[in-house]
Amino acid sequence: MTVTPTTRTAAAPAVMATPPAAPERARTRLPFSIWHLLLAPLALLFAVPLLWLLLSSVMSNAEINRFPPALWPSGIDLGGYRYVLGNAMFPRWFANSLVVSAVAVGSNLVLGALGGYAFARMRFAGSRVLLVSMLATMAIPFQLTMIPTFLVMKRLGLIDTLGALIVPSLVTPFAVFLFRQFFLSLPRELEEAAWIDGCSRLRVLLLIVLPLSRPALSTVAVLTFLATWNDLTWPLIAINHDTQYTLPLGLTTFQGLHHTQWSAVMAGNVITVLPVLLAFLLAQKSFIRSITSSGLKG
Amino acid sequence: MPRLPTPLTLPGPDRGDGAAPAPRARPRRLRALRGESATAWAFLSPSVLIILGLSVVPVAWSLLLSLRADDLVTPGRWVGLDNYRALAQDPHFAEAVRNTLLYTALYVPLSLGLGLLLALVLNRRIRLVGLYRTLIFVPFVISATAQGVLFSFILDPEFGAANSLLHQLGISPQGFLTDPGQALLVLVGISLWSGTGFCVVVYLAALQDVPATLIEAARLDGAGRWHLLRHVTLPTLTPVTVFLLLWQAINALQVFDLVYVTTKGGPLGSTTVIVYFIWEQAFKNFTAGYGAAAAYALALALLAAGGALRLVRAREDRRLEGAAR
Repeated sequence: MTVTPTTRTAAAPAVMATPPAAPERARTRLPFSIWHLLLAPLALLFAVPLLWLLLSSVMSNAEINRFPPALWPSGIDLGGYRYVLGNAMFPRWFANSLVVSAVAVGSNLVLGALGGYAFARMRFAGSRVLLVSMLATMAIPFQLTMIPTFLVMKRLGLIDTLGALIVPSLVTPFAVFLFRQFFLSLPRELEEAAWIDGCSRLRVLLLIVLPLSRPALSTVAVLTFLATWNDLTWPLIAINHDTQYTLPLGLTTFQGLHHTQWSAVMAGNVITVLPVLLAFLLAQKSFIRSITSSGLKG
Repeated sequence: MPRLPTPLTLPGPDRGDGAAPAPRARPRRLRALRGESATAWAFLSPSVLIILGLSVVPVAWSLLLSLRADDLVTPGRWVGLDNYRALAQDPHFAEAVRNTLLYTALYVPLSLGLGLLLALVLNRRIRLVGLYRTLIFVPFVISATAQGVLFSFILDPEFGAANSLLHQLGISPQGFLTDPGQALLVLVGISLWSGTGFCVVVYLAALQDVPATLIEAARLDGAGRWHLLRHVTLPTLTPVTVFLLLWQAINALQVFDLVYVTTKGGPLGSTTVIVYFIWEQAFKNFTAGYGAAAAYALALALLAAGGALRLVRAREDRRLEGAAR
């Protein structure tokens, strides 16, 4: 499986920035390109910390604590994983993270699509002002709102509950705008026949528009998942009690508590990273597309 | 006047212009518009409530807080601009600003430079190119927390693999994150590990859009590789470079998670960045008003950066439109 740009290059070799297609193709038949001398060490540099994460999670504590520490495990020791999964809290943190991320993804898809559709296809008083003010909120840095948001959540009685993590991430202006932009790019004619037949707006959205919107849906889902699963700052502020921790927050306290049990900390880290890593490897194309399009056209 | 609303709701036999080929279309459209407004608000109200409620209210509240001495628990007291005055004289805040700027000044150009270099190489047709791209990009999706935990382990002065490796190479062990002289540089290094992949991917996408006709034309004019890069490829990448410059800068100015996980601002305040300072003031020292003032200072800096981005992009758009004509 390769990332988007590769397939695009293959489909349109003429678009290549540097040397033209023909001599380049000849070169790929060579067993070795000089560029590997630069690329291989660099790629290794990027890969080694992750490899080390995996290796150290299956090392025994004896191996880790010896000096100098072993660089390769002598065998697979699952003690770290047993310790982490046997810990009363860790599975709970995993479940908390899963709940918060799943609700955020689902809700951003639903509310984002509804809002985006209203902006893209419906005319109503104040739509312009509303659109601009929502756009403007995207420029507000989180640090400015985090203290008062804490106070708002406190008034709502949500501090120290998963609600405090869920409510602010239910819908982002980004999701609304991404859907709006995408819907605007769809031809209106597809929907018109259904309207004339008396189909309601909601049915048109559900049955005609959304099935055509997979790129927008996957972009919002990917980015929302990444943002909520990986977030540390807001849980750190909103949650005090360890039964309500999410994985990143749990991991930071876990690290302090078990400093000498590095294999357990690393096993916990692997479990934290794994869902994102798996999602990325399974859906590389849509990940990359999401991330470039959010940056370039967002 | 009982019939006043009728022109809007009933099909228009009483409308003067309603006799033309589309006699029923306009009233139906009007009716649709009225119902549409209600549907639109039904679709939008949850988003509006959450997004505006959790941004407009906090922004105003934050401003009020910054003018008060407040500990988030007991009722605060109005202090006017005292928080801002104190901020201007606070050596710790000055240090946080310095650290943040140094981190940004190192991270942004390095990530862009390395990203561009890798993208140019990876845009060639060589074997394993997909694998290289994946390996370089993967760290980007890993949370700053996980990165922080991983690197605190690798760079641990006693148990870390890094010192073990240096030992085997005959180099004396380093303090890394525990050394005030190295900690910030090490953080830049970790951020480069995870953030360069983003620049590579964005540059790769942009490289696909370099017009083939331009390259052919330059080639026909006898341009060599270096000229092609210098006069065709790089200029077309300018808008993307500007975007990345500001995007990375905005992210760098807001760095927090990595610092919290690895150094907690230490050693000796050498990695206290602005957001860490804000968090510490508001949620550790319980001087929320002071923290809010610092947050406003940061927000103004970010807004300035964001404004610059919009300005440059608008100009860039105009330039491209002009070129297309």
